[in-house]
Amino acid sequence: MADQARARAESIGVSIPTEATVDLSKRPHIGETIIQAILFICGVLSIFTTVGIVWVLFQQAWLFFGDPEVSVLEFFTTFRWVPEIGLFGVWPLVTATFMTSLIGMLVAIPFGLAAAIYLSEYASDRVRSVVKPLLEILAGVPTVVYGYFALGFITPLLRNIFGINTVNIYNMASAGIAMGILILPLIASLSEDALSAVPQSLRNASFGLGATRLETAIRVVLPAAASGLVAAFIIGISRAVGETMIVALAAGAGPNLTANPFDSAETITGHIARISGGDISYGSIQYTSIFALGLLLFVITLGLNILSRRLVARFREVYE
Amino acid sequence: MTTYDIDSSNANAIEARDMSIYYGAFRAVNKVSLAIEKNKITAFIGPSGCGKSTVLRSFNRMNDLVPTARTEGEIVFRGKNLYAPDVDPVEVRRRIGMVFQKANPFPKSIYENIAYGPRINGWRGTKAEMDELVERSLRGAALWDDVKDKLQQSGLSLSGGQQQRLCIARALATQPEVILMDEPCSALDPISTLKIEELMFELRQRYTIIIVTHNMQQASRASDYTAFFLMNSERAGELVEYGTTEQIFHNPKDERTEQYISGRFG
Repeated sequence: MADQARARAESIGVSIPTEATVDLSKRPHIGETIIQAILFICGVLSIFTTVGIVWVLFQQAWLFFGDPEVSVLEFFTTFRWVPEIGLFGVWPLVTATFMTSLIGMLVAIPFGLAAAIYLSEYASDRVRSVVKPLLEILAGVPTVVYGYFALGFITPLLRNIFGINTVNIYNMASAGIAMGILILPLIASLSEDALSAVPQSLRNASFGLGATRLETAIRVVLPAAASGLVAAFIIGISRAVGETMIVALAAGAGPNLTANPFDSAETITGHIARISGGDISYGSIQYTSIFALGLLLFVITLGLNILSRRLVARFREVYE
Repeated sequence: MTTYDIDSSNANAIEARDMSIYYGAFRAVNKVSLAIEKNKITAFIGPSGCGKSTVLRSFNRMNDLVPTARTEGEIVFRGKNLYAPDVDPVEVRRRIGMVFQKANPFPKSIYENIAYGPRINGWRGTKAEMDELVERSLRGAALWDDVKDKLQQSGLSLSGGQQQRLCIARALATQPEVILMDEPCSALDPISTLKIEELMFELRQRYTIIIVTHNMQQASRASDYTAFFLMNSERAGELVEYGTTEQIFHNPKDERTEQYISGRFG
């Protein structure tokens, strides 16, 4: 029977594979292999770059802390940073960094979150399609522009409001506000993603119980998105801590231990930028000191990222 | 169009009059008129896309949340047109509750899931009164015995059927008069489905229930009245026939109803 059927099928031009013609053996896929190799190299390259940066930071910081003139204890427990006379207390730089970042976040979080709630819960599709790209343009403005915006607009404004004698021409408040405006689109965009990810079914449940849009946004959507929001805020803080150009231009040159936001003070990044831009000699203690500062900055940012992961895991309201 | 008025001697809970619903330029529902009797279960049946869910959602103005949706006609509830300009949809939804196709408890504790509705509606009672309301609502949804020892656990820790009953309890907590159920059992196993149906029979004493279902057997065994919807040649949903469930399933007047009931299409 089978042979007859086969003969008939072949007579009309159809070939039926016999067992011998089925080949399931492995075949080389050269294109596939090459692509895989290229992708692997790209991945490895970025890891090597990171490792290389960390290695240089550690190596130079090791030279710094190995210098008989400095000690780790002095670095963390004294309060004056004057490399020219061998004083390496890091606190003035750290407090200035935290102060500008804090002011930045005080601007960026409320406005960014409000913008995100508006975009995700209130805006029509048309409004959203116009406003979101505009926000992203704001994020694309070079930071040097924000720096001069702080110097040329925010500082005079602050001096008008609080008085010329109160507000230094270089001050942390001005730099912090500009930084907040810089980070606002980032916070808004990330927060909007987190809010939009909350399933529509939860909003419907809330509306179905007679909740208004505001009640739904605040009591259902925000808590459900909390983990994503916290992550967005911490990414914002990391960005603020690492921001350089604005603080270098507007916050002032020269470490200064002060709690007054209207004083000038230099942040870690601002100091690194100024010192590395000057004529310090390679291998000098001033040179290695900026790597120690870089390492500290790296540790702070890394710590923030780890913290954000922890918080995301803890706050998570799983909604599926 | 004929207005199907079941029995004028009984009070109607809610009534649609010439209700047409549009999404943009598309007419999804064409001139539906029907009166829903109080303290009864009314089932909406029909093939996918026949507009039965859309009609259901128009009863508590959930369609308002779709930006392009627009309505013509009236929904009359307690002598008032719910689409009158001075009516607040938020107030409507307090009195006409809704249970959705997929159980959607909030990612909060069981207790907070129930307390949410009363709280947003200006609850002014004590903690003890809230405890009592939560218990009463959970008992009402036949869920109390299952969850009384774990009220602080997440609503999402419950099984699918329990989650759906939690959603029913949540709807009961705002003390609505009408409860709309949009295919509440479509994601549940047969045993959970049966529990929900038994629950509906109990709830009928105090509430009016309208249920959309794809399941013929469910409509035939769990409802008092049945409305059959079908889309017309322009793909707009229309009410074909409305009557007691007994009559619709055993003695349909319209040929299309008979064909649908006997499984010849849809």
